[in-house]
Amino acid sequence: MLTSDNAFSTALALILSMDNALISIVVLSLQVSLVAVIIASLIALPLGAALALWRFPGRNVVIIALNALMGLPPVVAGLCVYLLLSRAGPLGAWGLLFTPTAMVIAQVILVLPIIAALTRQQVEALHSEYAEQLNSLGLTRLRMIPTLLWDARFGLITVILAGFGRASAEVGAVMIVGGNIDGVTRVMTTSIVLETSKGNLPMALGLGIILLALVTMINAIAHIIGETAKRRLG
Amino acid sequence: MNAHYAPPTATLELDSVGFIHRGHTLLKPTTLRLTGCQRTLIMGPNGAGKSLLMRLAHGLLTPTSGTVHWQGAPPAQAMVFQRPVLLRRSALNNLTYVLAIHKTARQNRKSQAMSALERFGLAHLAKRPARVLSGGEQQRLALARAWLLNPQVLFLDEPTSALDPAAIKAVEDAVLEFHHSGTRIVMTTHDLHQARRLADDVLFLHNGELLEHTSANDFFTAPSSREAGAFIRGELVW
Amino acid sequence: MNKTTALLIAGTLGLSWSGTLLAADDYITLASTTSTENSGLFDAIIPTFTEETGIDVRVVAVGTGQAFEIGRRGDADSLLVHDTAGEEQFVADGYATERLNVMYNDFVIVGPSDDPAGISASESVTDAMQRIAESESPFASRGDDSGTNRAELRLWEDAGITPQGEWYRELGSGMGPTLNTAAGMGAYTFTDRATWVAFENPQDLTLLFEGDEALFNQYGSLLLSAERHPHLKHDLAAQWHEWLVSDEGQQAIADYEVDGQQLFFPNAE
Repeated sequence: MLTSDNAFSTALALILSMDNALISIVVLSLQVSLVAVIIASLIALPLGAALALWRFPGRNVVIIALNALMGLPPVVAGLCVYLLLSRAGPLGAWGLLFTPTAMVIAQVILVLPIIAALTRQQVEALHSEYAEQLNSLGLTRLRMIPTLLWDARFGLITVILAGFGRASAEVGAVMIVGGNIDGVTRVMTTSIVLETSKGNLPMALGLGIILLALVTMINAIAHIIGETAKRRLG
Repeated sequence: MNAHYAPPTATLELDSVGFIHRGHTLLKPTTLRLTGCQRTLIMGPNGAGKSLLMRLAHGLLTPTSGTVHWQGAPPAQAMVFQRPVLLRRSALNNLTYVLAIHKTARQNRKSQAMSALERFGLAHLAKRPARVLSGGEQQRLALARAWLLNPQVLFLDEPTSALDPAAIKAVEDAVLEFHHSGTRIVMTTHDLHQARRLADDVLFLHNGELLEHTSANDFFTAPSSREAGAFIRGELVW
Repeated sequence: MNKTTALLIAGTLGLSWSGTLLAADDYITLASTTSTENSGLFDAIIPTFTEETGIDVRVVAVGTGQAFEIGRRGDADSLLVHDTAGEEQFVADGYATERLNVMYNDFVIVGPSDDPAGISASESVTDAMQRIAESESPFASRGDDSGTNRAELRLWEDAGITPQGEWYRELGSGMGPTLNTAAGMGAYTFTDRATWVAFENPQDLTLLFEGDEALFNQYGSLLLSAERHPHLKHDLAAQWHEWLVSDEGQQAIADYEVDGQQLFFPNAE
């Protein structure tokens, strides 16, 4: 019978046992989500900044689309990546289906709109403050991008964390494109689904507690780094 | 590079420059010629169009009619704003930043920035985040940043309106230092005393219209327009 | 975060990443069903196979319907599923060249222990299903086109019933989630014995009907067509396919027990 009590004790026992299978699942979860967030950030930060700075026809359409894609159901993203990477699909020859790389691709698709849309907001706000000074210094819009991204960095840490939160919490996409293969593509969230389907609810909840603890830890570290830097730099 | 050097000043010509925003005429067509290495003060009550005229001259805004152009190549320019816009980094890095933009060799940036900080009495604050400096210190940092740009023309938009008397003095000294090293000054103010201390010539604006462009002496002793006279006497002019 | 730290992190991630990607190439991807995965069978027999052949088997556990789709698209090297009619069609369509019986287990009907429809007294599965339908007792169906779901639908048909109405609830879920839901709402459900025995959250559910020959649940291994999907690891997949029906493979399947109960019965010819 499930009580929150034995879920916590299961979680604790899991952590204390330092079980190899568990460690590899945790490491893979972090790897997949961190790599996905790094790749998504490399694309989405400049993209969001460019959207904040340039006015072009159809800009509003792009912004609305990005905002809408923030709510893209992970299963849909997973299904699209599945069809793309499937042997019968256009990128099938790469043989990436059911690999961690496929999971990264799916998560990049999920995370990119969040980071791009929120970056646009942050940079747009900062730009309205900086525009005259930067124009006066003779900066082109292209050269304003790194300056604005760097000066918006404290806000952008939160943006990137939001992306990381989505990546590490989702299960629909990685389940489809990863296949939840034991030791290869099994991550925290897919393990939780598996344990739930086995009726092993204390284990499922125990894994959930570990996932939550990890995500909390990463957020805390980022928060502390951000706050310290903010206090130093004003 | 400790000695500040600015080449001979170029001439700015505004030809029937007007500015209309959403149907409101903010600046009536204005023709104007700024030449020589003067200290020009733009005066007038709030909403007269002082800042607008300055932004048009500096090129931050494009006029809706008329043209702004420089005789010869456009000179190096800098602008200091009423509220200094400083980047979220240290005082020193705010300065090395503009040197990097202007392609100063990496190894020279720090020494040049430090000497500019010293010149404006900010050397002891080099490592401090620019955004936590006092208002006066921030404005001096903005002036130090402008200094590094070697401007032939320096625009200042109400640079002292939010400062205490000591800080105002420091900014005015800095303006004079720019001028002595050959930089043309164009500055807005609504402070008559400041204008008397600094101005070689005066542009007087009222309701988006340039009413006077005359030497400071003439302006303060014998203003030709009724509005300017009232302004000098400290009466409210609307 | 300064740039050095960032580079370090990126480097570490990248290195361990390439490690994952460069892992042994000697593996096949097997599309199979949640029932076999959830029961723990693969954890028991794959290490034996890997030890003998050096080939790792990566199991993607899905419903039988999705497993066929994965096979048709060429996304798995081998299939082990339980829908004989569907498997024969799969061979007939040219996606597989050979189908072999590997093992069977059986389906059972579980339900609330007070058994409101009285199916524990029924003489055949047809009788049991009629009793559920007549009493309109809640029944949770997988509703996901899995092998179990297909088997269940065939039995309703055999009993001359078109299951519909408020009592018949299609969940669109895997076996485990369906058992969780049935336990939660006190419904009858149709499950394979392996998943049921390994299931850890039965609450008030209990086994009420078993033993009819119509509940026989045959698993088959499919050897995929090299012509249709030349890129697949056919040599390795063929070793797996043959091992499953070999004496060693059949013994490994027979040896797997949960709580002293054998879950799968090898029956290769």
